[in-house]
Amino acid sequence: MAAPTMDRPTANSTGAPAVQTMTIAKGINNGLRAAMEADPKVLVMGEDVGKLGGVFRITDGLQKDFGEQRVLDTPLAESGIIGTAVGLAIRGYRPVCEIQFEGFIFPGFDQIVSQVAKLHFRTQGRLKLPMVIRVPFGGGIGAVEHHSESPESYFAHTAGLKVVSCSNPADAYWMIQQAIASDDPILFFEPKRRYYEKGEVDTTAAPSPLFASRVLRTGTDATLVAYGPMVRTALDAAAAAEEEGRSLEVIDLRTLSPLDLAPVYDSVRRTGRLVVVSEAPSESSITSEIAAKVQQECFYSLQAPVLRVTGFDTPYPPSKLEEEFLPDLDRVLHAVDRSLAW
Amino acid sequence: MSSPEKWTHPGPDSPPATAAKPTAEQVIAGLRATDEGGADLVQLLTPEGERVQHPDFDIDITAEELRGLYRDMVLVRRVDREANALQRKGQLGIWVPLLGQEAAQIGAGRAMRPDDMAFPSYREHGIAWCRGIKPTDLLGIFRGTDNGTWDPVKHRFHPYTIVIGNQVLNAAGYAMGQKFDGKVGDDDGEATMCFFGDGATSQGDVHEGFVWAAVYDAPLVFFCQNNQWAISEPTERQSRLPLYQRARGYGFPGIRVDGNDVLATLAVTKWALDECRHGNGPILIEAFTYRMDAHTTSDDPSRYRLSDELELWKLKDPIERVKVHLVKQQWADQEFFDSVEADAEQIAIELRDYCVTLPDPPAERIFSEVYAEGNPVLEAQRDEFLAYHAGFAGGEH
Repeated sequence: MAAPTMDRPTANSTGAPAVQTMTIAKGINNGLRAAMEADPKVLVMGEDVGKLGGVFRITDGLQKDFGEQRVLDTPLAESGIIGTAVGLAIRGYRPVCEIQFEGFIFPGFDQIVSQVAKLHFRTQGRLKLPMVIRVPFGGGIGAVEHHSESPESYFAHTAGLKVVSCSNPADAYWMIQQAIASDDPILFFEPKRRYYEKGEVDTTAAPSPLFASRVLRTGTDATLVAYGPMVRTALDAAAAAEEEGRSLEVIDLRTLSPLDLAPVYDSVRRTGRLVVVSEAPSESSITSEIAAKVQQECFYSLQAPVLRVTGFDTPYPPSKLEEEFLPDLDRVLHAVDRSLAW
Repeated sequence: MSSPEKWTHPGPDSPPATAAKPTAEQVIAGLRATDEGGADLVQLLTPEGERVQHPDFDIDITAEELRGLYRDMVLVRRVDREANALQRKGQLGIWVPLLGQEAAQIGAGRAMRPDDMAFPSYREHGIAWCRGIKPTDLLGIFRGTDNGTWDPVKHRFHPYTIVIGNQVLNAAGYAMGQKFDGKVGDDDGEATMCFFGDGATSQGDVHEGFVWAAVYDAPLVFFCQNNQWAISEPTERQSRLPLYQRARGYGFPGIRVDGNDVLATLAVTKWALDECRHGNGPILIEAFTYRMDAHTTSDDPSRYRLSDELELWKLKDPIERVKVHLVKQQWADQEFFDSVEADAEQIAIELRDYCVTLPDPPAERIFSEVYAEGNPVLEAQRDEFLAYHAGFAGGEH
């Protein structure tokens, strides 16, 4: 049962290969399992996370192996999930809360903003809130209202919280463990439409620290920045652009708060052009923040204004229209064309 | 102490005990305050200072213990009045008076053991006193120098929570943790107390706290101080049903105690905590009391309630009835009362002296301890701010 942890890379002791192919969903599931094995204070709590294993099966099998006291099927109330997790964290536990869909996080917003984010500051460090709030987010799954949104900017805007998003199975496996190990409260946004995309995971070593963005593809003509579900879109766009003879650099932000923009600045100073991609509406958002920071840091390097390809500033539309709402390869390439032609 | 099995909820066929709306005549006469407690009110010491019996709850109290409770109440009232005066003198930005709620808080606070945990709202100066928080440590919150400086782990007293009802869920989670830690089930068990007011009972977080504590059998005593007013709104604006009766819908006992009776509050709370530490939680206590002063120093109660109502509640003062009883029983002499007054005066002096010397925090305090593990973006912002400040040092501005 000894699964890998960050401190004890014992994957091979089980006979399992160090590098395994798995989905993002399985990566998070395995990461949760490893964290629970490494620390008996780690709890998983949320709606339907026990017997059912979560509506996306991210917590599949955990209650069976760790028991009902460590994997809690909670009453159906998000403020209750977050608010009781605060009390458990104060008591010495490390709760991992699942919000079933991002659109249901708002009943818990008060506890997140008023207590989770502020207790460390309020007590000047006497109380720590080592809790993780997992949030499947984003669209593209043909769902009804409240199941396809991208609310991450609310949380990145809130001092006291940290916000990350994984885009691939290796990050899914490692970032969830790193988030659980952190003494700060972390919002962990999971790209639900990419849950079943596969990739290789080296279970013996984390590829990066948690709060670090990463260059996924180097290029010289323009820089694409994305996170979560849009990383795949950005990589596809870069591959398509290459066929037209254009070299695009792709950076996965991974951390939305604090932002790690040094690799973005380095890239923009070389390419002179930046396109930021996100499913979230653009106004007062993470993409706004990146545009503001890049113009401040790279003013003389920019050959074109920072362009953004985002969801629109509307409520998320009925799903038959979501392909129009969501940034896709064509919209990203169109923005790249505009940037290059500036 | 009472036998818990004697306690039963009103049956489903019982007539609905709605909080009767006062007639206009009653309001004018200030009678709203007199019919209040109802038949289920647990009282062991009448406003006239007479010990009375209750079929389910009783308490053996020595003269020394009662003198101690009296002293506690007089001292926290003096803390409260002095802090109120400090606000009026401009030394505090705001104060939240507890006047009138001394018995509810001292009774509840003295029922707790050192290992029990408390989650207060922002009016729990009496609970803070019982948890060993120095009264001077409350001042910074209201002067604006800090957000509370006590160690919540050491004192087992959570920071004051200002958002109404938030702490109820935090307390439920903490109590769940006590249970998960195997600290519940016998006389050495731990329990948690959560304090909130009548207004908070309308909050979703309080409802959710009731649900969570119930389904996880959490060792949690919900201690609702019904002081009759949520700023300007009377309890009838929050509930059609007497608040203690809500517990029944969640599947745990609810008890209304005379919150101006320190003996009844102590007895009921001790019983409830013992039930919880033995694994029979949660329990709701509604302490029926009265906010004798404004909601805060920024509030003007004359705009929404009649002074007659206050005059009526003054007859049920939580401290006077204990004093009468101590005298009647010959449990205390003038020397004792004088010594309590002298202690109160000393505390008042300490509060005044401390308050005016509380230094403003340094500017970099804005950035301190926002995160446990740092944040480079925030640190860059702080450095820029400090550099800006340093620019004034040379006097060129």
